[in-house]
Amino acid sequence: MKALVSVKRVVDYNVRVQVKSDGSGVITEGVKHSMNPFDEIAMEEAVRLKEKGKLTEIVAITIGGAKNEETLRSALAFGADRAIHIKEEGDVQPLTAARAFAAALKKEGAQVFFAGKQAIDDDANQTGQMVAALLDIAQATFASKVELDGGKAVVTREVDAGLETLEVDLPAVITTDLRLNEPRYLKLPDIMKAKKKPIETVTFADLGVEKGAALTISKTSAPPKRSKGIMVKTVDELVSALKSKGLV
Amino acid sequence: MAGAKPALSPYLNEDHDAFRVQVRRFVERECTPHIDAWEAAGELPRELHRKAADAGLLGIGFPEKLGGVDVPDRFYQQIVVEELARTSAGGLIASLLSHGIASPPLMYAGTPEQQQRFLRPVLAGERIAALAVTEPGGGSDVANLRTRARRDGDHYVVDGQKTFITSGMRADYITLAVRTGEPGLGGVSLLVVEAGTPGFTRSPLQKMGWHCSDTATLYFDGCRVPVSHRIGAENAGFMAIMMNFNNERLMLAAQAWASAQLCYEESLAYARERQTFGKPLLSRQAIRHKLVDMKSRIDAVKAQLDLLTWRVSRGQTPIADLCLLKNLATSTLESVAGEAVQIFGGAGYLRGAKVERVFRETKVLSIGGGASEVMKDLAAKQLGY
Repeated sequence: MKALVSVKRVVDYNVRVQVKSDGSGVITEGVKHSMNPFDEIAMEEAVRLKEKGKLTEIVAITIGGAKNEETLRSALAFGADRAIHIKEEGDVQPLTAARAFAAALKKEGAQVFFAGKQAIDDDANQTGQMVAALLDIAQATFASKVELDGGKAVVTREVDAGLETLEVDLPAVITTDLRLNEPRYLKLPDIMKAKKKPIETVTFADLGVEKGAALTISKTSAPPKRSKGIMVKTVDELVSALKSKGLV
Repeated sequence: MAGAKPALSPYLNEDHDAFRVQVRRFVERECTPHIDAWEAAGELPRELHRKAADAGLLGIGFPEKLGGVDVPDRFYQQIVVEELARTSAGGLIASLLSHGIASPPLMYAGTPEQQQRFLRPVLAGERIAALAVTEPGGGSDVANLRTRARRDGDHYVVDGQKTFITSGMRADYITLAVRTGEPGLGGVSLLVVEAGTPGFTRSPLQKMGWHCSDTATLYFDGCRVPVSHRIGAENAGFMAIMMNFNNERLMLAAQAWASAQLCYEESLAYARERQTFGKPLLSRQAIRHKLVDMKSRIDAVKAQLDLLTWRVSRGQTPIADLCLLKNLATSTLESVAGEAVQIFGGAGYLRGAKVERVFRETKVLSIGGGASEVMKDLAAKQLGY
């Protein structure tokens, strides 16, 4: 059974993100990037399933410019067998990404599409769901446990009310949540071996994908600065302070 | 990768960068949050050795067939040391990597059986190894060591003491330097002594720093060690010990450099934040000059460190240069750590500041692995003065 795993190159989670002075976005030049942490969890899960014999092949896929090769090499060091680089510069919105992944999933005949539940850059949390909708296949999002068996996936999901367990037919989209696993440390021999694994380069045109800007970002701004707090002495004082602000 | 960013070093490529990212991640997750607890406990948990082995860190530079990781150069070991040093706890490096000085003799001169038994479990993080050369009566004077191993059938009977032994309390295997032959350098052998061998006891030593590293005095009293535990030929241990010292000095220099770099970064960040008389400390000329002086000295050490790491990677053994590098790096650390604490002021005198710990631990690097004075003598001799 084959799995396709999407991996996105994002600004590293340790970087203190700065908004561009003209409000057109955030500064990404000269800033450390790494694989979206939720996608690392997706990669880790795919590799564990392959180690258990539940998957036979893992294909990593990404969309972006030349620098995304670094992200694919990380995925290959994790244990992906090969990678697909959809080489497109510029902003890629969830629907465009989903169309491309759907096309690749179909072309590859993969049974599972793994992705992080969201990417930490725009936190859209849409792409996985859109892939499922475009292909009219099952989706199980926010996975905290994944089992593959006999053409089905049993996925435990983290939902507001607690845990929900879904059984879905394959092919299916599974998006991964924080507590699914703890991604491994990539070992040096794996980092070195990853350089020899194949990366196929394609474009949206090759996949028959139309790049459409469905959304326009009108402005990016930094969160408002936290103003100075006050100390209260009693619970009553706290309640009345909240009441006076109309918060309770 | 290519063209992604300008190269900052002629010695490093994207493999080094990718490896460093993983080591840094390991250190941030598995070490930094626990350092204070380990310092208080006076030792590292065994679990850490297993985790470090699982992450592929303990085997760097050891052969793959023993569970190690073959590397094309010595910069990989340097990266491990540099990243561990970012915790500010020198004892972490000394103790977690004590096999880095205890195990090379087994790698170079051990039999396949010895390697399977004493090296493989260490690289897997299941066992801990320590090197024991220094004695109460002498450290660098290896040719005159006095711990005696007398042959008795298929055993050696060992009598004597070793001291300042890193990981000495926890070690399962001691790589022990003993006198098997005549006085002088031609009578020294190396044995592996297992913990629990009758006649082998140990006691802990309290130190100025390196608190998370267990240090011990080892006592051997009629301790019977099988002849099959001897590493290499009888009376041929001196060269192995000397080779080991070169390696150790390079690693100590890397540790000193990384600790100095940490002090610089910490002081710079502090000087930016700290306000004195209404202005950032960093705006004061006295402080700005301190910081650039620190940087220039640190960068000079790095240039020589990297050059010698490159030369050693190519199989060279520049003994004099390594001695002088160790002195340059450790004396720079002493000066830089002192200035860092000065910039921090009162905050630098308090437990909790990284610079406080580094400052407290500078002396061990100027003394251990060959004191500065011994390094100078050896360098002068090697240079033919």
